[in-house]
Amino acid sequence: MSGLVMPKLDDAVLGRRQQIVADLSAIVPGEGVVAADNEMRVFESDGLTAYRQLPLVVVLPETVQQVADVMRYCGENGIKVVPRGSGTSLSGGALPLGDAVLLVMSRFNQVLEIDYPNRCVVVQPGVTNLGITHAVAGEGFYYAPDPSSQIACSIGGNVAENAGGVHCLKYGLTANNVLGVEFVTIDGEIMRLGGKYLDADGYDLLGVLTGSEGLLGVVTEVTVRILQKPQSARALLVGFPSSEQAGACVADIISAGIIPGGMEMMDKPAIHAAEAFVKVGYPLDVEALLIVELDGPEAEVDYLIGRVEALAKAAGSTTLRVSQNEEERLAFWAGRKAAFPAVGRISPDYYCMDGTIPRKQLPTVLARMRKLSQKHGLQVANVFHAGDGNLHPLILYDANVPGELERTEKFGAEILKLCVEVGGVLTGEHGVGVEKRDLMGEMFTEDDLAQQQRVKCAFDPDHLLNPGKVFPQLHRCAELGRMHVHKGQVPFPDLPRF
Amino acid sequence: MDALHPKTPSHVAEAVRWAAAEKTPLEVIGQGTKRAFGRPVQTTYTLDCSGLTGITLFEPDELVLSARAGTPLATIREALEEANQEFQFEPADLGPLFGKRPGRGTLGGMLSTNISGPRRLKSGSARDHVLGVNAVSGRGETFKSGGRVVKNVTGYDLSKGLTGAFGTLAVLTDITMKVLPKSETEATLVLHGLSDEEACAAMAKAMGSSGEVSGAAHLPAGIEGKTARTVLRLDGFETSVSARMNVLSALFGGEQDRLDAATSRNLWATIRDALPFAENKNRVLWRISCTPGEGYAVARDITSLSDARVFFDWQGGLLWLEMPDREPQEGLVRSAIAANGGGHATLIRAEAATRAAVEVFQPQPVPLAALTQRYRENFDPHGVLNPGRMNA
Repeated sequence: MSGLVMPKLDDAVLGRRQQIVADLSAIVPGEGVVAADNEMRVFESDGLTAYRQLPLVVVLPETVQQVADVMRYCGENGIKVVPRGSGTSLSGGALPLGDAVLLVMSRFNQVLEIDYPNRCVVVQPGVTNLGITHAVAGEGFYYAPDPSSQIACSIGGNVAENAGGVHCLKYGLTANNVLGVEFVTIDGEIMRLGGKYLDADGYDLLGVLTGSEGLLGVVTEVTVRILQKPQSARALLVGFPSSEQAGACVADIISAGIIPGGMEMMDKPAIHAAEAFVKVGYPLDVEALLIVELDGPEAEVDYLIGRVEALAKAAGSTTLRVSQNEEERLAFWAGRKAAFPAVGRISPDYYCMDGTIPRKQLPTVLARMRKLSQKHGLQVANVFHAGDGNLHPLILYDANVPGELERTEKFGAEILKLCVEVGGVLTGEHGVGVEKRDLMGEMFTEDDLAQQQRVKCAFDPDHLLNPGKVFPQLHRCAELGRMHVHKGQVPFPDLPRF
Repeated sequence: MDALHPKTPSHVAEAVRWAAAEKTPLEVIGQGTKRAFGRPVQTTYTLDCSGLTGITLFEPDELVLSARAGTPLATIREALEEANQEFQFEPADLGPLFGKRPGRGTLGGMLSTNISGPRRLKSGSARDHVLGVNAVSGRGETFKSGGRVVKNVTGYDLSKGLTGAFGTLAVLTDITMKVLPKSETEATLVLHGLSDEEACAAMAKAMGSSGEVSGAAHLPAGIEGKTARTVLRLDGFETSVSARMNVLSALFGGEQDRLDAATSRNLWATIRDALPFAENKNRVLWRISCTPGEGYAVARDITSLSDARVFFDWQGGLLWLEMPDREPQEGLVRSAIAANGGGHATLIRAEAATRAAVEVFQPQPVPLAALTQRYRENFDPHGVLNPGRMNA
């Protein structure tokens, strides 16, 4: 763990550990409390494995009431709580704290209701993302957001992180596909936002809760929108001699009024790594490869394939294949979907970044990234959600070489600063967590961050829920609430006032 | 009433800082077209943001538009149309319901009321298309949230958090929205003579098909026609729309016909703006969001005990409900929703005295109301922005 400072351990809590374990065992009887070091080991990190920490104790509640009771107990006794779903976060959002209860929601694994007429499913938060689709696939439906970890990640975690996926451009993020939630606050209140109807009433607290990385509440039930599976889908695999041309092609497609179901770009190192791994016939002599998938009614897909083909040729593509059957379509995707493990094969370790940039900045960003790569002496491969500008640079390194992880993290931070500099953001879909926490100042001013923390104060005034994540500095709520006022004249008296 | 007319975001900050220091509340308005929507606000000063105008960024092939919050929607619509783009959530023009000319209103007003239209069902509402905002909190502090890109999970999504807040948390100064290409064409399938309950079932069937229906509404007999019509809209590329129309039509028996693009557009604009209920300004108007499959039951429970008139959008999940007179009959309306799967009712149009006396927005359970109150206080501790607009 390189230089990451977490909140100071609460010695009073550590001293009461035995009592806390006993109290929690009374709330969640049976095997719901895990306190032995060797049994807690499996929870010591999430998908960001560079950071590890044993929690104070692990609790696996089974009922909403137990969650409420655990939260109320912790709230009343000043004990920190770190929520965890499946633990697939790539930003350390579920990284335990040594003095915090790790609240694991994996036993909430039931699909509670499938409502086809209203096209929604009510699930417990521990159900996996793909599990929702599996539950409704028989009737021809699916759940649209599809993060790469969808086989393992939980819907509760998806809500906490506002998970995305390759189909976001057309179908939206988690926030756009969740109709309602039930959640529990640190004072043990069970609340509901939204439901089977559209637009939750009151302030859009559902929008604020989604993507709040477990800092505002613990989700105990989720109502999601399901969609009818598109009638057909076909993909084009298009190679370009430069990323500029590939980028121009993406802009041309969108300008023509076409919103593909998925539109992904890979750079040369990523193409080579993927092809070496899955051998699906990716062209190796191109600088950029574009996968464009069109989905919908057959008549529409066939028509649009023709239009995209023409646009790609006009943009200077050097290779172009159109999938002729489902097998071929999946083969086009196989390399992209295996890009991370493929890079893992050619390098002992890799570090996956997650910035978003305005799409037209891609050539600039790639060129500057090549310079940074030379400066740090580290290779980088890029996969890019081309439609929405979400860039995943994979930095290749070897953790066994002293100093290389630190260099990698430095390189990664410079990439993210570059993303912000060109008008983008620090994280598109992986979350801030601990990983990008200390970079928040690159994107936000003190006032921006203070207002966000005031929202936190409305939900959790003592900063007990997942502290040390997202915000580089924790300010006391009383301090944040203070106002410095200057009495004065009516403002801009020189302006017309009627 | 004294009005302040800021021309820049820093003017706004100056005005709110002053108001906070003096603990003098401000009524925050754009063009004031929806001023009668919400509880009446009584302040000595008005903060008129209609001078805060201008499109600051529009990149059609990046699908993004930024503008000052007071920019007229008409200006934005014009720019979008030139690039053959639109806000896909189809924002309603509520002005005519309040006796205002159509085609007015500002970007900030649109976001502050989280308006959407028939395509809400498929494409979300304003909150689903906002990418970033700059705002001045009730503390007089300028802050931003979000950015100009679609995929962004950096920090809390306060852009959504300010949407639909009726200016009670912060004054929006700059707004960045996702924009999308306009459909090449559209067409509507009309099913004739269905009862409300049959219509809800038919709309559910259409929405559950692979027809990609972008609007599903039901106009009972007496609303825009003598007989009941259930209307299903398809939009997209010409080839696709005609293929899907055949599939959709085959799903249903009974008497049907099809509307061409121009007729379809007119009809959906009428539904979007609730124009059937723009006529009698003295009658109370409710907007109800409920479980789509329960829409007919909510309507039945209300109309069986009153002379209210109703029509349905969003597959039955949105009810426009016009009461027979000036009486809101709040208890009747809210209990019908509670008895049929839940949801919320908003009093869209009523006399000021009525809007001051009854809950305009859905009352919340005590713990949620308390959280809502804390949330507001953390933006606007002295309650200087639109006090009382949402809650007493």
